[in-house]
Amino acid sequence: MLNDWLYVGVFALVSMFLPAAAISIAALLSPKKPNSIKNATYECGMEPVGPAWAQMKVQYYVFTLIFLVFDVEAVLLFPWAVAYKQLPLYAVVEAILFILILLGGLLYAWRKGALEWL
Amino acid sequence: MSFWRDPIIFIIEWAKGLLAGIGWGPGWATIVGFVIGAFVLAAGAMFFVVFLIWYERKLIGRLQDRFGPNRLGPWGLFQPIADMLKIFTKELITPSGVDWIAYNLAPVLSVAAVLMMWAVTPFSKTFFGVNISVGILFLIAVGGLGEVGIILAGWGSNNKYALVGALRAVAQLCSYEVPFVISALVPVMLTGSMSLVDIVEAQNPWYILVAPAAALVFFIASVAETGRAPFDLAEAESEIVAGYNVEYSGLKFGMFFVGEFLHAFTASFIFVTVFLGGWRGPGADQIPVLGLVYFMIKTFIVYFALILFRGTNPRFRIDQMMDLNWKVLTPLSLVVIMVIALVDRLFASSADWLRTVILLAANLAILVVAERLIRRGVKTTRPEVGSRERPVASPDNLFIQPGSGAKG
Repeated sequence: MLNDWLYVGVFALVSMFLPAAAISIAALLSPKKPNSIKNATYECGMEPVGPAWAQMKVQYYVFTLIFLVFDVEAVLLFPWAVAYKQLPLYAVVEAILFILILLGGLLYAWRKGALEWL
Repeated sequence: MSFWRDPIIFIIEWAKGLLAGIGWGPGWATIVGFVIGAFVLAAGAMFFVVFLIWYERKLIGRLQDRFGPNRLGPWGLFQPIADMLKIFTKELITPSGVDWIAYNLAPVLSVAAVLMMWAVTPFSKTFFGVNISVGILFLIAVGGLGEVGIILAGWGSNNKYALVGALRAVAQLCSYEVPFVISALVPVMLTGSMSLVDIVEAQNPWYILVAPAAALVFFIASVAETGRAPFDLAEAESEIVAGYNVEYSGLKFGMFFVGEFLHAFTASFIFVTVFLGGWRGPGADQIPVLGLVYFMIKTFIVYFALILFRGTNPRFRIDQMMDLNWKVLTPLSLVVIMVIALVDRLFASSADWLRTVILLAANLAILVVAERLIRRGVKTTRPEVGSRERPVASPDNLFIQPGSGAKG
């Protein structure tokens, strides 16, 4: 069991190492002739105006909040799904009620206009 | 165990014997074995991309009535190798004002996130990296790591287009993770385990026949997760130049592409593993290498469908993309999981084939009802186009340039 996770850890390190190694080799092979115009931030050939880290639409935040609700739900539902075969009908109906409440939340967000991209 | 039945395991056992022969303790032998195994699998995946790039460019070319790469080697097979050699010698331009760590970590992460999915997928009955008990959860978690790579690229580049692209990508990937996760619950429920090996072994019949509605949602969501056309808003050339990778050049830019191509292939083999029976097929239980062949055939069929999807659909607008997710796929997947849970429990005591048929019928009914509801919901009036007569160019001789003075 612990060995399995050791393999996952080793694999994670190796899969980080391989692209990093490739980029390092490319950095050794490639020419290096920087100048200030080449290194300027790309903005369709114009001089960059203002900071790049500007304000963005608040819409992205609203969608992320809705996403968070459903992601937390998945945390609860995965153990339920694993145990599903042994559960009595009562527990299944319980989970369905739980999903219905979530569906109600989604409908509420929908009616409130949180799902419209303005 | 004979060589021809299962060559991969045969070689692994032989290598293990060799390592034990050196006289290391079992702990060290295990760790060294793991490192070598991980290296071989991950490097194999990275080199496989070269073939995938050729395959995809060739297919896209044929879909668009072009030849695709056809100059270097037979059928242009060496074209991606030449491209790779070229991209290795390109200058790595680092624009001024970037966030150094985020900028350099992003391409590495976007490849690593995809490679890590290869660690847990069973390629045949005996050949898999590792069988962890939370396999499918691991896939979802590692998929989320790719999103981190994209947002690091967008934030670190110090570029407005990159930031818009990254935000779009994150909005899209987060949104599509919801139906992805919920429809991934169905195989877990039917199997009673999250391990991918168990899920493949329990597929009798394949889950696409038991739960086609869940499979459809899973497929669309995994296409969106790969971020390709029609879901390629994050790198819409005509709107935001190249999205989150505007400021990248040389191999750092190439790494994003390696990640994307590999992700498309990985998404198709995850779909095969979860819904199309993985390595299962006639004779695959006795001869494991046959399972690998079946697995690859199925994966390439799904991958072909994915490329067809990419080659034939125009790009979504961002509101359409969000509507498809939050107003169609998410409610659909929630309804599917409720119906499957209830139907499967009510018919738990009946015969297996009867339960399968009832589940299939329930799924198809959900799909038909959903299709009707969507048709009622969308606006059907479209502006009339193409009613006017247009002159059609039809030259008499295709090989003579007009105005060149030459006679046909």
